[in-house]
Amino acid sequence: MTPADITAALQERFGAAVTPGLATALDPFVTVEPGRLVEVCTFLRDDPRLRFEMLNDVSGVDYLETDPKKAAKAGFDPHLEVVYHLSSFTHPGRRFTLKVVLPRWKDGTPGELPEVPSVAGVWRTADWQEREVYDLVGVRFPGHPDPRRILLADDWEGHPLRKDYEFPLEYHGVRCR
Amino acid sequence: MLLENRFEDGFVVTSLEQAINWGRESSLWPMTFGLACCAIEMMATGAGRYDIDRFGAGAFRATPRQADLMIVAGTVNLKMADRVRRLYHQMPDPKFVIAMGACTCGGGPYYKYGYNVAKGVDLVVPVDVYVPGCPPRPEALLEGLMRVQDKVRRMKDLTKGGAEGPPVPARTGAVLLPDELATPEKALAFVTETKERAKPAKA
Repeated sequence: MTPADITAALQERFGAAVTPGLATALDPFVTVEPGRLVEVCTFLRDDPRLRFEMLNDVSGVDYLETDPKKAAKAGFDPHLEVVYHLSSFTHPGRRFTLKVVLPRWKDGTPGELPEVPSVAGVWRTADWQEREVYDLVGVRFPGHPDPRRILLADDWEGHPLRKDYEFPLEYHGVRCR
Repeated sequence: MLLENRFEDGFVVTSLEQAINWGRESSLWPMTFGLACCAIEMMATGAGRYDIDRFGAGAFRATPRQADLMIVAGTVNLKMADRVRRLYHQMPDPKFVIAMGACTCGGGPYYKYGYNVAKGVDLVVPVDVYVPGCPPRPEALLEGLMRVQDKVRRMKDLTKGGAEGPPVPARTGAVLLPDELATPEKALAFVTETKERAKPAKA
C-alpha cells in the first residue's frame, strides 16, 4: 500500500476524524483528532493490510514565534503538535506518520496543559516517549500508566522545550542565570 | 635548617608540618566520580600512559569518606548538583576540588541554552583549581593536580597565622616529547613517514 492508500483506508474508516496531510511531504502523514487517536492507532496496528507494529518515536513540537516582528511572517498560528512515527515489520520499509494538533494551552487558559489520550496501551514504547513529551513540551496524556517526569527532577517547574520557557532564577540554592 | 647535614646518611631534618604536608600532597586520593566525557579523559590520566599514580593520586576511592580530592569531571546538571554537594560534604577535611573541563568551570557549551546545567560547579561547591578544556588533555589534569599539591604544601595546620601569599608552582605537568616529535618539522616528517608506511603495499 502506498501512503495515499493508507490515508484513503483511514478516511474510509474514520471519516472526518482524519485529515490528509501535505501530499508533497517527505514523510507522508495524516492529522488525527485527539479524541479518536487510540482507535486510529489500534486500527493501524491491527488491520491486516496495515500492520504498523512499531512506534518509532513520539515527539512534541511547539509552534510559536516569540519575536512579535517575525510572528506575522511565521506562516503558522501558535499551536503544539504531537507526532507519531510508525513502521511495520510485516511489510518491511513501510512508514507512516500521525500528527495531533493541539492548542498551546487547554481551553486557552495559560498553565493548563493540553491533553492527548495515551497510546501506551497500544504500543508499550509510548510509555517513556510520552513521559518525555510531557516533561519537555508539556502535554498531558490521560490514561498513561505512570505520568511522571522522566528526565528532569520531579520538582522542576515548567517545560523547557516550550518556546516561551523562562529559565528558573535558582534551583535548590544553585544560581541558574 | 641549622641541623641539616649534621647527622649520618639516612637522616633528614624537617619540621613536623612540612613532613605532614609532604605526606598529604603525595597521597591525594581522588574520588571515583565521573559525570560526562571529561571522565574518559580522567580515566586516561589514571591509566598507564599518563599514570596519575606517579604523583600519588592514583588510588581512586569508591567512597567519598576515603577521598581527599574531588575531580569534578563533566557537566554538572542541576539534578546532579544536589548529589555533588552531598558527596562533597561527605568527604573528610582537608578536601580539595578540581573543576575539570569547560562545563564545570562555567557552563561551557551549555552556558546560554542549557536549562538543566549548573553554570559552573563553583556555584555548588568551593573549587580549588580550575582546569579548562573540552575536555582537558591528561597533561592539563596533571598540571591541575600539581597546583593542588602546591596548595597542600603551604598548608599550615599546626603553626598559627596560616599561609601567606599565593602558592608557588613547584612542578609542571608538561611532558617531555620523544626526540622524533621534538620540533614541528620533525613531527611533520614523522607523521608523513608513518602514513607512507601505513599505505598498503602495491601488489
